[in-house]
Amino acid sequence: MSSEEKPFDEMLERGVAPRGPYKAYYEWFQGENLKHLRRKSADAEAFFRRIGITFNVYGQDEADERLIPFDIVPRIIAADEWARLERGIEQRVRAINAFLHDIYHRQEILRAGRVPREIIAGNEAFLPEMIGVDPPGGVYTHIVGVDLVRTGPDEFFVLEDNARTPSGVSYMLENRETMLQMFPELFSRLKVRPVSRYPQRLRRSLAECAPPGVATANPVVAVLTPGIHNSAYFEHSFLADQMGAELVESGDLRIENGRVAMRTTQGYEPIDVLYRRVDDAFLDPLTFNPDSLLGVPGIMDVYRAGNITIANAPGTGIADDKALYSYMPDIVEFYTGETALLKNVPTWRCSEPDALAYVLENLKELVVKEVHGSGGYGMLVGPAASRKELAAFESKLRARPANYIAQPTLALSTVPILAKSGLAPRHVDLRPFVLVSPERITMMPGGLTRVALKKGSLVVNSSQGGGTKDTWVLGD
Amino acid sequence: MMLGKTAGGLFWMFRYLERAENTARLLEAGWRIALTRTGEAENEWQSVITTAGLAQQFNAAHDEYDAPEVIDFLLRGKTNPTSVLASLAAARSNARLVRTALSSEVWEATNECWMEAKALLARPVSERTLYDTLARIKFRSAVVRGALHGTMLRNDIFSFARLGTFIERGDNTARILDVKYYVLLPATALVGTRIDNAQWENILRSVSAEQSYHWLNGGQTSPMGIAEFLILDRRMPRSLAFCCQKIGENLGQLAQEYGTRHPSHDLADRMCARMNENTIQSIFEAGLHEFLTDSILDMGQIASLIETDYRFYR
Repeated sequence: MSSEEKPFDEMLERGVAPRGPYKAYYEWFQGENLKHLRRKSADAEAFFRRIGITFNVYGQDEADERLIPFDIVPRIIAADEWARLERGIEQRVRAINAFLHDIYHRQEILRAGRVPREIIAGNEAFLPEMIGVDPPGGVYTHIVGVDLVRTGPDEFFVLEDNARTPSGVSYMLENRETMLQMFPELFSRLKVRPVSRYPQRLRRSLAECAPPGVATANPVVAVLTPGIHNSAYFEHSFLADQMGAELVESGDLRIENGRVAMRTTQGYEPIDVLYRRVDDAFLDPLTFNPDSLLGVPGIMDVYRAGNITIANAPGTGIADDKALYSYMPDIVEFYTGETALLKNVPTWRCSEPDALAYVLENLKELVVKEVHGSGGYGMLVGPAASRKELAAFESKLRARPANYIAQPTLALSTVPILAKSGLAPRHVDLRPFVLVSPERITMMPGGLTRVALKKGSLVVNSSQGGGTKDTWVLGD
Repeated sequence: MMLGKTAGGLFWMFRYLERAENTARLLEAGWRIALTRTGEAENEWQSVITTAGLAQQFNAAHDEYDAPEVIDFLLRGKTNPTSVLASLAAARSNARLVRTALSSEVWEATNECWMEAKALLARPVSERTLYDTLARIKFRSAVVRGALHGTMLRNDIFSFARLGTFIERGDNTARILDVKYYVLLPATALVGTRIDNAQWENILRSVSAEQSYHWLNGGQTSPMGIAEFLILDRRMPRSLAFCCQKIGENLGQLAQEYGTRHPSHDLADRMCARMNENTIQSIFEAGLHEFLTDSILDMGQIASLIETDYRFYR
């Protein structure tokens, strides 16, 4: 799995023959005119601008709304490949929910010594306020986005479990919408499984998690956004709109008669399920960050009294913490009694002296991540780093080893993008979205494929020059 | 069920759209006079700025009413909070806020309106392209209105949008008349002189009504006729009576939908009654300026009552 090996190309075997799931697409592509396709690509951009699927860049001018680049070549996954992934993800998500329940109740896994206490105790993502709290329906992670990478035909690895407030699902939906408009003929040639029902599924899943006291069969669902300037505001309003839920901000909410209520044109109306896109720390200034203007003072009391569902539950961040990541295979086994179906990327915990020594020795070959970082910030990609960057990271590692983990540089699979000269391979990852309710675990066949548009780059984050692709899961 | 914030967002989205369009019309009319009657250009630009309620902001940065500066100030002036560009940006920002209440067609039309205006107004607009630029802006704004009428449910969402439109429009028409009311007064008007004729035409042009007025009046222009047309004529969609009637109707829809009347309903009734009970003669007798000032106050007051009654902010 060294970086010198040629990465696995999902479309073309040995650079010439299309692999099974891409056969029909490749055939179609050969008959297409490159200039025509590039025009389609420009059309797609205009379409995204018109519908306003933009993101705000932090620290930039408010007027500066950027588009995440969209590549018109789909990423295609075969039915059997997907079925395997689905089973693995479902197993993992079940384990994560069981782990969260345990960690906020009896902490059996700590007693059994499978996960060290320090990792939990000293962790900011662990919320003591959640100890003993029972979320409605027993669900902690209502929405999960599992980041997967691939290195071979059957080699999938989980890179990260996004168990807090995973974003990107609006791109999954709008990318598909765009492809349907641009290439209808392809959808009659290939049996692509639809993803468009996601908002209805999300609503159903959230409704199934409503507090037990809610008499109505149709609970009031609202999406809590930090507001119009948040980088993911488009997604918040998009999901609220598609679900038929209200999109609320802190200023719309207050506690009334022991319920969280929103100010309507006719007075305050109680909310049953709050899909919040606000981080834990900002959720309740009375319980967490007292300076927060984004939350609802007192919502945690309502929550503890069982009068509102908060999705995802506060404190789920402990499950996707990078310090805990390396224990996931143990966690899956501990709660399901089965071996994890999806592999973890081998990880060195720099808090351990032996591991630190190895990491320092092999820094040039490794990817080093901050335990609490996200978005591709604060990360070192050894093979791509300059000598100066390596030296800087070395001193950071020595100063605060527990703040870092290291992983081998995976030869991420590639899928072609439409470049100037035609198809050109670029590295990708995949984030499928999973919905959890007491009744069922629902996975949309597809997800968000992120692609590093720069040749050779392994960083797919939109904040670092990444783009997206539509992800096609084929029917049987 | 609708959030108070959403009602407020819809109301202001359509107020700002209407304001952008009104400013465009005002600018076009001012431009026309400046072109044809160069001697009066400065006065004309001054009254355009006064009508837009921007005298203070303009004078803070400018010494004289010079055409390129007035045009730039109204279209995209950095110190003008209600320039055409700023109004359209505010309309779009409100549209983003209430996107869940809008059909995708209304949202996209608003977004495209803003995108085109942003591109057109990225640099100062030359006199050569002014007419086309204003035409594009009016066109884009008309597309938003068309999408609203063609694709939105006739429920509270629609009512709040329309209330914003008609309050802004009524306010605008009253201001245009009030800034020019002296040219309509019989005492000071030198009836039939070229100067007044041009001023009258310009009042009509400011509300895009010169053709409809002449069509209805067979070419006879009189100050009282113009005043009657813009104040009392319900066939005229920018007249005060028409705006009051629409405000009343939309508030009535809300009362029906929600089953509650508010103080704003009482004021709307009084505003409509005032339009019904007066004739143009009685208005002139009691004082045109006073009548217009009261109308402007009413528009301001009903806006703030609606804001409270429907809980826009608290």
